Amino acid sequence: MTSRATVLGRIRAALADAPADTAAPLDRTYRRRHTDADNTLPLLVENLRDYRAIVHEVTPDQLPSAIADALRRRGCTRVVVPAGTPETWTADVSGIELLGDTPPLTVDQLAAADGTITGSAVAIAETGTIVLDAGPAQGRRALTLVPDYHLCVVHAADVHASVPDALGHLDPTRPLTWISGPSATSDIELNRVEGVHGPRTLEVLVVRD
Amino acid sequence: MTGTFLGMPPFPEAAHDAVNNAQLRHNLRKATHTIRGKRAAVVDELDDWPQLRAAGKAIKDHTLRHLDRYLIQVEEAVTAAGGHVHWAADADEANRIVTDLVRATGERDVVKVKSMATQEIGLNEALADAGIRAYETDLAELIVQLGDDRPSHILVPAIHRNRSEIREIFLREMAEWGEPAPADLTDEPRVLAEAARRHLRERFLSAKVAVSGANFMVAETGTLVVVESEGNGRMCLTLPETLISVVGIEKVVPTWADLEVFLQLLPRSSTGERMNPYTSTWTGVTPGDGPQDFHLVLLDNGRTHVLADEVGRQTLRCIRCSACLNVCPVYERAGGHAYGSVYPGPIGAILTPQLRGTASALDASLPYASSLCGACYDVCPVAIDIPEVLVHLREQVTEQPGHRAERAAMKAAGWVFADPSRLSRVQRLAGHTRRLIPKRLPGPGAAWTDTRNIPEPPAQSFRDWWAQERGSDGSPRRDDA
Ligand code: SF4
Repeated sequence: MTSRATVLGRIRAALADAPADTAAPLDRTYRRRHTDADNTLPLLVENLRDYRAIVHEVTPDQLPSAIADALRRRGCTRVVVPAGTPETWTADVSGIELLGDTPPLTVDQLAAADGTITGSAVAIAETGTIVLDAGPAQGRRALTLVPDYHLCVVHAADVHASVPDALGHLDPTRPLTWISGPSATSDIELNRVEGVHGPRTLEVLVVRD
Repeated sequence: MTGTFLGMPPFPEAAHDAVNNAQLRHNLRKATHTIRGKRAAVVDELDDWPQLRAAGKAIKDHTLRHLDRYLIQVEEAVTAAGGHVHWAADADEANRIVTDLVRATGERDVVKVKSMATQEIGLNEALADAGIRAYETDLAELIVQLGDDRPSHILVPAIHRNRSEIREIFLREMAEWGEPAPADLTDEPRVLAEAARRHLRERFLSAKVAVSGANFMVAETGTLVVVESEGNGRMCLTLPETLISVVGIEKVVPTWADLEVFLQLLPRSSTGERMNPYTSTWTGVTPGDGPQDFHLVLLDNGRTHVLADEVGRQTLRCIRCSACLNVCPVYERAGGHAYGSVYPGPIGAILTPQLRGTASALDASLPYASSLCGACYDVCPVAIDIPEVLVHLREQVTEQPGHRAERAAMKAAGWVFADPSRLSRVQRLAGHTRRLIPKRLPGPGAAWTDTRNIPEPPAQSFRDWWAQERGSDGSPRRDDA
């Protein structure tokens, strides 16, 4: 007998006396969201900051200069720019080497980069979370993992109030990375330290369009 | 290598040392009180918490009722997405499967994401026997591994260590495992974390094989979910060529939408955050992104035995948040090691003896490692009635033949029954919050109650009592300052 048959057989035997499932359509009486629609953007900003992300709110016109300013402040010389990033985003950037990912960058090239600029798929206000789905302007998962700095653009239209709202806008067949603030650990006497293995700094540009 | 729990003395003996270790008690107290305060604050933000909790319970119960169906669905979905699925009836088989998969890659090193399931089966030791070195990459697990120690908490496994001990471990051991600790290492948490970052960096960037567990797997889509903070999980899940995930069969949830319940319940119950810093989800393999070879090992190892027990099967709802540890007065004094298992605290007291059986003195004593105060049930995000299962297991222990187990049980019960005020408090709480109020206490308590009447439960609620005993800020009023 295969272990598959063994385990499935044990499960069926274990459930032989279990009552029939009465939970047919599950009672989902919990709330779909905990905040009003007009509060989602301020709440996102507040919660991102609470998790020690650096956050700026900009208009679409201000985005290129905001990106250039952020990279300059940070002292970047080499940043990764995933495929599908609008050219306007880096229009104001000068004196910084922009690394594309086609052909794919090696891990060593990623490790040697100062940071990565990406867009995002959705953001969740109630939890202060940004989700990347490897779509345009986001690239594969390693790009936002290995470099120490992540500059992330979030469009107001992609901001949802809650986890239930956001899940419906995400495609599970894509690899997803949910980010709530920079990497952090509390393993040493419960002291929070930012940046163990992921980026130590998360900077977010929220675009009100 | 991480020590095993084999040959551990029964709970009361093991707990004895911890209770007398002032440093350990101080560490534990600070940790559990801090986390539970944070948890309470973020749970209070959601006014529908009881409904979320009820939904979490209902989804898990429904899944367990049809576990065969949902596992087959996961298998189909993962396979369709380019992954491979293996079934492991027990620990030995799971270890064999993982060892063979690693061998097939030709690698001798693997990086690991913190995982209770692989600790439960002793995977690191099994790999070591096969000449394969497993590197723990979670900071706390790294501290435990380098210190040749055992984890003592589900969420913060090295909570029994303070900063100067961690510094010593790093200075002494890191060189043997890779990048040494810098000679000028201080005991500042930030400096220690930096040393861990450097120690593991090279390993992450060169690793070819990773081993993980998963917090959830979605039947409908074949998606696996890992929740973490440090980014070591992302490193392991993304950079290597081969990923092997060992996942208990109870971790399945039916649909993608069901995650909306658990991704609200878990982080708030566990770290007391609205959301943990990183959550990764993946479905099979994605060309050009992440490991191109993915293996899912579905682990039974006693879970079907738990499922067969009408009262005990609710234990399989557990999402390993560790909230129950942080509110447990027994855990706070005894520490995690006393439970003799990778699962400490109230969940360990019910899960371990169900997974392993109660033949050993240690396992037979675990159902008594509780005061039945009910605090664990109050915080459990999937509403596992831990006191009910404890009482049920006590009955089983006392029914089994042989004096060894019974003696161990009696001794453990002594902790509660030695002090009449402690007992009456236990009874009040148990009676009122649990509606468990028995005419006779089951198990070893029977002898005691045969000659005494158990008082009626008082009108005062558990919450009121808690506030009165501890003050509204959760700080103690007496007996454990
Ligand atoms: S028993 Fe409940 S509270 Fe304890 S770890 Fe499991 S889910 Fe969390």
